[in-house]
Amino acid sequence: MSDEEDIVLSELADDELVQQMHDDLYDGLKEEIEEGTNILLERGWQPYNILTQALVEGMRIVGEDFRDGILFVPEVLLSANAMKAGMFILRPLLAETGAPTLGTMVIGTVKGDIHDIGKNLVGMMMEGAGFEVFNIGINNPVENFLEAIEQHKPDIIGMSALLTTTMPYMKVVIDTLIEKGMRDDFVVLVGGAPLNEEFGKAIGADSYCRDAAVAVETAKDFMKRKHNQMSASA
Amino acid sequence: MELAPSETHDFKRGQGSVLLIACGALAREIIQLIELNNWQHLDVACLPAKLHNTPDQIPEAVREKIRTNRDKYNRIYVLYADCGTGGLLDKVLEEEGDVERIPGPHCYSFFAGNDVFEARAEDDMRAFFLTDYLCRHFDKLVWEGFGLDRHPDMPAFVFGNYEKVVFLAQTKDEALERQAAEIAHRLGLAYEYRFTGMGDLASYMATAK
Repeated sequence: MSDEEDIVLSELADDELVQQMHDDLYDGLKEEIEEGTNILLERGWQPYNILTQALVEGMRIVGEDFRDGILFVPEVLLSANAMKAGMFILRPLLAETGAPTLGTMVIGTVKGDIHDIGKNLVGMMMEGAGFEVFNIGINNPVENFLEAIEQHKPDIIGMSALLTTTMPYMKVVIDTLIEKGMRDDFVVLVGGAPLNEEFGKAIGADSYCRDAAVAVETAKDFMKRKHNQMSASA
Repeated sequence: MELAPSETHDFKRGQGSVLLIACGALAREIIQLIELNNWQHLDVACLPAKLHNTPDQIPEAVREKIRTNRDKYNRIYVLYADCGTGGLLDKVLEEEGDVERIPGPHCYSFFAGNDVFEARAEDDMRAFFLTDYLCRHFDKLVWEGFGLDRHPDMPAFVFGNYEKVVFLAQTKDEALERQAAEIAHRLGLAYEYRFTGMGDLASYMATAK
């Protein structure tokens, strides 16, 4: 998607700039994403619109091409890094402007595991899709999840692990929720390279999410169902 | 375990009555062990090491190798640990029947010795492990493979949560040691050297009969 010619972002019309930002995200160009984000802000764009139309839409394309085997892990990492830079600018502005939220999520990597690239990508994509996300970081024992639940009252709990040795800890968290009679209060989504659907079912998660794009769609779906149930019982 | 050879054995593929289906990243060590121990009954069929980048493909690739070779050998063993398959490799082996694999979550663990590795798991949580193979192929598999060569801020992005590089060495090789230390330096991480030898790989292969 790279263009040979030098493109001056500030000279592009809005729709061309957004399109160019999709390309820049695809190519993992962090500085260009920062520049594009700032230009759109200067032009009076709402942070939420920049997020959804420029960044999330760009990452959707990246996600699809990753799923289809056109892009590989390094390219996705570069794209995620570029999106992270854009999010860094937008996050405080989104909080100020009270962008609409679809629901609240607490997300963390489980105890014993320090791998967070996938988890952070899910967090960013969820924010981009309109969720309020509380990212509790890496190496989280069950107590951290409980504390975050108490503090943020999430709709969704997301757990991530990269290692075969750490993924069983997700069951510890779910079992604790069951013991405390809280399990049905939340949707539990799990993900990470060694996981699979069968594992997700076996530990009692609501869903295993293969990648960040699937996580967003699954979360939206659960929130829609929740709202439908609430409307039906009202 | 004693690795002193009783006589020399020049390994050639296609001989032997017991097949080891192995990860390509272990080929060198496996053949070394076969030759050192004069295990003439063992044959080896390797799958590409790059399957580690797509661990979900390992179970079916192993299944295909088992089915292709089942009738040609008395017994088949798999020299893959779980290797990020999340239990799916074990499920395939159970479905195929009468084929077992080396215990452990990954090769770092069985090279270090599964018990030792597990005991140190908490202390090593922030360790990035190198083996002889990974040390030799680090630039291709990791540095270029993860795009670290193309963006200066990528190493921090990918390795930001690591604190040290631990080189689990299978052989005493000063050149590899220097290389491992250089990798740690390049990643901005502390460096630790641990000689493991062949660890549980040697003892497991000794049982493959």
